[in-house]
Amino acid sequence: MVNLALAWAEQYQEIHPEVRLSVTGGGTGTGIAALINGSVDLANASRAIKPEEFEQAKQAGFMPVEFTVARDAIAIIVNPANPVSQLTLEQISQIYRGNIKNWKELGGEDRPIVSLSRETNSGTHVYFLETVVRLNNKKDKSIFSPTTLLLPSSEGIIAEVRDNPNAIGYDGLGYVTPEVKVIAVARDAESPYILPSVETVNEGIYPISRDLYIYTRGKPSGIKQDYLNWIKSAEAQKIVSQLGFVPIKPMP
Amino acid sequence: MTTTRPTSTQNLSLEKVLSLFIRLAGYLSVLYVSLICLFLLKEGLPALREVEGESLLGRVWYPIEGYFGILPLLMGSLVVTVGAALIATPLGVSTAVFISEVAPQWAKEVLKPLVEILAGIPSVVLGFIGILVLSPFFRQAMNLPTGLTAFTGAVLLGWAAVPTIASISEDALNTVPRAYREAAMALGATHWQTIWGVTVPAARSGILTAITLGLGRVIGETMAVMMVTGNAPVVPEGLQALFLPVRTMTATIASEMGEVAKGSTHYHVLFFIGITLFILSLIFNITAFALSARKIKRSERLLS
Repeated sequence: MVNLALAWAEQYQEIHPEVRLSVTGGGTGTGIAALINGSVDLANASRAIKPEEFEQAKQAGFMPVEFTVARDAIAIIVNPANPVSQLTLEQISQIYRGNIKNWKELGGEDRPIVSLSRETNSGTHVYFLETVVRLNNKKDKSIFSPTTLLLPSSEGIIAEVRDNPNAIGYDGLGYVTPEVKVIAVARDAESPYILPSVETVNEGIYPISRDLYIYTRGKPSGIKQDYLNWIKSAEAQKIVSQLGFVPIKPMP
Repeated sequence: MTTTRPTSTQNLSLEKVLSLFIRLAGYLSVLYVSLICLFLLKEGLPALREVEGESLLGRVWYPIEGYFGILPLLMGSLVVTVGAALIATPLGVSTAVFISEVAPQWAKEVLKPLVEILAGIPSVVLGFIGILVLSPFFRQAMNLPTGLTAFTGAVLLGWAAVPTIASISEDALNTVPRAYREAAMALGATHWQTIWGVTVPAARSGILTAITLGLGRVIGETMAVMMVTGNAPVVPEGLQALFLPVRTMTATIASEMGEVAKGSTHYHVLFFIGITLFILSLIFNITAFALSARKIKRSERLLS
């Protein structure tokens, strides 16, 4: 979410030059930890706060308040030369668990599958773990295969997928560039294969989509409240679409 | 015999102040290192209490679900370090021999500073070159599943260690007395026979020191390995593991320290990894020191 946070901060400071906003990246886990430590006022998060983090916040003396500020879809990307164009959630899950190792098992070429992921501190990683690797089954304790490459940034994933025909990766729709090929995903073998887009996410038919949040220390007031209200406005949500994320319905 | 005395009281107090200052600076350095060491121990040793010994040395590293096996990380760091040493040692020593023994004076004056400049390239730039140039090249040239491997990391770090090894080896070679070379030539040895048979063996401890210090730098390298080794926490097995992705201890600490809650088990284990790295660096440095100390004693013996 760092691109989005930066764009919002830049725009807001142009309208309100008396307000100072500084944004740093580091993943959802880093942001929430910083909110609990007291070093930030707002934590952008691409996953919901965990119960342990909620407890830590209460122990630090505040209740985190959640605001849904945008939506995102996770796109599954492969190299443009890869003939495979569609996969079910089950197949993607098996790939990332390390059970499907060659593209020919999916109707592609005889090439080893190299799976790429974000690092464990990324909200995108945790979301993918729960929704795709574990197929939303809370009792499932599977984890990513240890051979999954954990790259430190979205740009790293795009660079490798763009160059390596064996690679498959995932990332937020906002980070996908035209240099890589997006896979159409189906909930199961009987459902239709859907490509991620603003429309399919807002209609709720793309299987891997999520809400993006901002957390505050207790109910926000003053400048923080103004900023959050502005984020829900049409002007800020236009920035959301420009960056390739999915805008929430703006406040009337 | 007259005793020398400072001619003015000003000189005496200036000298006292300066020597006090220098002594203080020395003690402060020791204090800083001790404090760092204590901090690491304080934050890292609880990991031994919180995670059972055998799972800490386990083969699975997935900290957000409670898997704290550091074996893949330890082996990953070692594979990349040893690989880098195997690449950097011949290159570094040969460069040193060339600059010290073979190159003409004008070339020496150009090459020595160039080597020093190479040492100054930031590791993030190296990582960038690795991910955009080296990694695709290796993937295609060696038909690997991916170019983000231990090998790519080793090549990059080897390149980063060459200036350290070359520079210190070259100093060691320069310290070999002219008498050795002249004696060899007087006995009829050719230039190359002198270099490899007499000069290099005489500078052996200095060269070993150079290699050990180069290794000490390599094992602590973070940014470059984080960008090119793939960061997959697999335990490397067999020679082919060199051409597969690995995850180093340094990359793990850099990637994960930001997200941990202070005082959690994950936090303690990351500091435990820090302790392991600290001990490995200490081993490298003590070895280098022991080797160079040996050298002083030997040359004193031979030249007295």
